[in-house]
Amino acid sequence: MGENVFRSPYQMRRWSVRHAHLLETIYGLFHPVLRLLTPLWRTIGLTRVEKPLLVIENAIKARLFDCQTCGQCVLGQTGMSCPMNCPKSLRNGPCGGVRDNGACELDGEMPCVWVLAWQGSRRMRHGQNILDRLQPLDHRRIGHSSWLEADALAGQSKRDGRRV
Amino acid sequence: MEPVSDAVPGDPAAALPPLPGHNSRGRLERLLRRGDFVVTAELSPPDSADPEDVYRRAAVFEGWVDALNATDGSGANCHMSSVAVCALLNRLGFALVMQVSCRDHNRIAIQGNVLGAAAMGVCNILCLTGDGVEAGDHPDAKPVFDLDSISLLDTLRAMRDESRFMSGRLINTPPQIFLGAAINPFAPPLDYRPHHLAKKIAAGAQFVQSQYCFDVPRLREYMAQVTDLGLHEECFVLIGVGPLASAGAGAWLRSNVAGVHIPDALLDRMRKCGDPQREGRNICVEIMEQVREIEGVAGVHVMAYRQEEMAAEIIQRSHVLKGRRPWKRQP
Ligand code: SF4
Repeated sequence: MGENVFRSPYQMRRWSVRHAHLLETIYGLFHPVLRLLTPLWRTIGLTRVEKPLLVIENAIKARLFDCQTCGQCVLGQTGMSCPMNCPKSLRNGPCGGVRDNGACELDGEMPCVWVLAWQGSRRMRHGQNILDRLQPLDHRRIGHSSWLEADALAGQSKRDGRRV
Repeated sequence: MEPVSDAVPGDPAAALPPLPGHNSRGRLERLLRRGDFVVTAELSPPDSADPEDVYRRAAVFEGWVDALNATDGSGANCHMSSVAVCALLNRLGFALVMQVSCRDHNRIAIQGNVLGAAAMGVCNILCLTGDGVEAGDHPDAKPVFDLDSISLLDTLRAMRDESRFMSGRLINTPPQIFLGAAINPFAPPLDYRPHHLAKKIAAGAQFVQSQYCFDVPRLREYMAQVTDLGLHEECFVLIGVGPLASAGAGAWLRSNVAGVHIPDALLDRMRKCGDPQREGRNICVEIMEQVREIEGVAGVHVMAYRQEEMAAEIIQRSHVLKGRRPWKRQP
């Protein structure tokens, strides 16, 4: 892929994908903590906790991934490349329009998020997750924190497909 | 060789009698399952409310193709809807592949349309993500993309096999449809593409049609991976082909139509020849001949945009049908 075609705003996305393995490890440590906290969030009240939590989640994820706060984070399945940055918000892999240099069909200056996702997944321990099928977005979750419901992801993917 | 002859006499639009192991009651699935090399073609829908415009466009393919694809706002341009094109042509006995793109409809509209289409006799549905609105004549439109091609396949398969909508609500009579999807073996990430096909098959794709193939060596690599994974045994792979009108048209296609990959050598060959239009057809015929011999390829999909009247000649010269004559209206 031609390195210099892409505008600098996408440098951070590329960094995250290059460090997908590290980020996966951090997520792996962080996830049990979130799960332990879920009953606590419930006692305090989900709506009350969500606001401050969202501020922290956004501050980190917007910087690293250009997170769009879809409320159903799937970065573990998408090579640490946020699929919501795809102009078609595809959650199951690239469209057929990716340019020869790996740029998005709709924005020649942006690397296709799925080209990055594939690169990231190759660096991850559970990179095969990219072959799972994801359910379509629940639009009611948009704008909500995905850290609040740490287990919400379980219902997101279908593993009946073959993993090759 | 005779066309599939189990049609109900008298009514060209009648569904074929059900067959075990088949999901639809249309000709395309039967031909593929019995091992025939099939030819499908793209029909561009008119910018018109006159049914005659649809009939005229379809007539040039009659007797040469096994099914016609009715596109759904392809290139994000507005045309007659694919449901309507299918309904009109189905009455005459044509076999249709109804394209459904995720760009313009949400999950409620799509599922409703699919039930309606099946009720009007549509037997094949091709699930597409769709081009971005930016590519077409209404760049200011709202892009929907509520589903993607894979969740769309999942949805339609559940409607058919489990008689339920996405919501879980039951469907009284499920649609009997043969499900298709699109592939592009020529777009990055190349090493992921066969896995993407596997994902589509897991979601329900029974046949796939590819983007234009102008690079046969690249296709061979892709198909080798596909056959290694055994995917050609679970899904019929049809390869997209089409004639270029000139080197300029090829260059335009390459830079303006998303996902079309044309090697420079091929454009050079077009540039150097005396009669580019003829050369374009020659190249297309050569590609079809080569594609037919690749293991795992079950057919070709002809996209002769603005050269539709050439399709019959190209199909005939390529001998891909090996003497078989597709369906034609009885005189
Ligand atoms: S090229 Fe990539 S980022 Fe662009 S619309 Fe297609 S999948 Fe999304």
